[in-house]
Amino acid sequence: MKTFKIDWLVLPLIGVACVLVAWSVSSATWAKELPSPLKTWEASKPYIVEPFAKRGEMDQGILRFTWYSLTLVAQGYAISLLIGTPIGFFLGLSKTFTKIFDPIIQILRPVSPLAWLPLGLVLFMSAGKEAGTYGALFTIAICSMWPTVLNTAVGVRAVPQDYLNVGKVLKLSRWKTLTKILVPATLPYMFTGFRLSLGIAWLVIVAAEMLTGRPGVGGFLWQEYNSLIYEHIILSIITIGVIGFILDRLMSLVEARFKAIS
Amino acid sequence: MAFLELKNVSKGFGGQRVLADINLSIEEGEFVAIVGYSGQGKSTLINLVAGLIQADRGEVTLEGKAVTGPGPDRGLVFQNYSLLPWLTVQENIALAVDEVFADWPTEKRLAHIDKYIAMVKLSHAKDRLPKQLSGGMRQRVAVARTLAINPRILLLDEPLGALDALTRANLQDEIANIWQSERKTVVLITNSVDEALLLADRIIPLTIGPGATLGQPVAVHLDRPRDRKALNHDPEFKRLRALVTNQLLDFNANRKVSLSKKLTRPDILPEDLDAPRVNRPPRRPGEEKRETILA
Ligand SMILES: Nc1ncnc2c1ncn2[C@@H]1O[C@H](COP(=O)(O)OP(=O)(O)O)[C@@H](O)[C@H]1O
Ligand SMILES: [Mg+2]
Repeated sequence: MKTFKIDWLVLPLIGVACVLVAWSVSSATWAKELPSPLKTWEASKPYIVEPFAKRGEMDQGILRFTWYSLTLVAQGYAISLLIGTPIGFFLGLSKTFTKIFDPIIQILRPVSPLAWLPLGLVLFMSAGKEAGTYGALFTIAICSMWPTVLNTAVGVRAVPQDYLNVGKVLKLSRWKTLTKILVPATLPYMFTGFRLSLGIAWLVIVAAEMLTGRPGVGGFLWQEYNSLIYEHIILSIITIGVIGFILDRLMSLVEARFKAIS
Repeated sequence: MAFLELKNVSKGFGGQRVLADINLSIEEGEFVAIVGYSGQGKSTLINLVAGLIQADRGEVTLEGKAVTGPGPDRGLVFQNYSLLPWLTVQENIALAVDEVFADWPTEKRLAHIDKYIAMVKLSHAKDRLPKQLSGGMRQRVAVARTLAINPRILLLDEPLGALDALTRANLQDEIANIWQSERKTVVLITNSVDEALLLADRIIPLTIGPGATLGQPVAVHLDRPRDRKALNHDPEFKRLRALVTNQLLDFNANRKVSLSKKLTRPDILPEDLDAPRVNRPPRRPGEEKRETILA
């Protein structure tokens, strides 16, 4: 019991302490503009103790900002799964499809969200006020799609021939083969893709908000940088990190459930 | 015209010959066992009959109709069970039954599924997932799934190969019982001569590849039901076993002359449950061949 507590409580706390020390030393010595941990805490306190307060468009509790970001991420992420999963299936099922589209995917995949966003804004220019939102959604969807696409494709290719033979002997229709055999057999891979995609979607939202100035954690961070309130940059970073970590854990739980079955 | 017929069937994979000039005819209701060394094309042969692969030359006919693809009239029990791991025992069988008997009312289908789960004595485990079952139980589910679609012919590809000797003996008896009551045409692939003798009407050894073909068939006129204990002392049983085993040994000896380097070790296991188990691994490869085949 004792060693157990050391493992998951004391040792990680040592890590946190190390970072705090490095942070304090840096702010006291070479990075004079960097607020110390204590100053950061004091400046952030109103945003943390009243996490859902709304004092103005760009002055809201940190969880309220987080909520804005999460809703936008959820939409973009949903689009990316809806588009990415079928593409993954086609890639996994058809060699021809793979030969046609794989080179394009490999070229689009490494493109940074910072490069996609302006294109998204241009694409939805006619949407007027909503152009920022659509541009952000476009960027989230296209950047976070690839892990889902590729993992689904790998999963489909890895479906054991024996399972497919079961379907063939029974003469299952294409639709039944898909729903009864291919999809369940691919689910563990799909969820690995979904988890990685969510991580990227969360990365992208911050960039998207910074560039479009939307209210959200990323928008808040950028605004506070411009208003010289550097404590809030750190508050935002910590919030982004913690939320990203929680999302990843949640997806891991779901993923583990599907891995356990097959 | 025989029930199942293979005429001059040859099959290779990418230039590599596997089966050559296979001729086989099986009558309705007959139980035929094909024995052979592993890796020589036994699964390939059964997959040709199942229609999962197509012959390069020759033709396979079932009841006079050419086999061009898989279908539920040929019930295949796969070498490695092939249960879908995300479905329970009941659901695995239901997948097959619902597809093949789609026009039946739901209650009739459910009753049918239950009947076959009971036949393989798994009623208590019908809601379990395959990973919660032992190897023997999984194989029984696979058998039930195949029997439940009421195929014209039952194709068993080393169904008991992965099981321990005791479970294997139990399941052999179950297969014998089921066959007694259903009288289906069966093709059993096995690597055990004793298993073949216990179950089949006719045993056909498969020679060694590349280009394996069928050897001399051995008719088994032993009374049914066959009692494994009594059989061990039956002179006819011993004679038949020698007949099959010697063929298999000769295939291997002949190959040694033509192919001195590349030897695959035989996996023919003695199935005499009364004999004391002499466990002394590691055996030298040369010794293994003699010991494992001559029971
Ligand atoms: N789909 C396939 N593609 C290529 N080679 C195959 C394929 N299936 C079987 N083979 C080859 O054919 C030979 C016979 O295999 P198999 O029929 O599975 O043997 P057995 O069931 O007797 O152990 C092996 O050498 C195997 O590698
Ligand atoms: Mg095989």
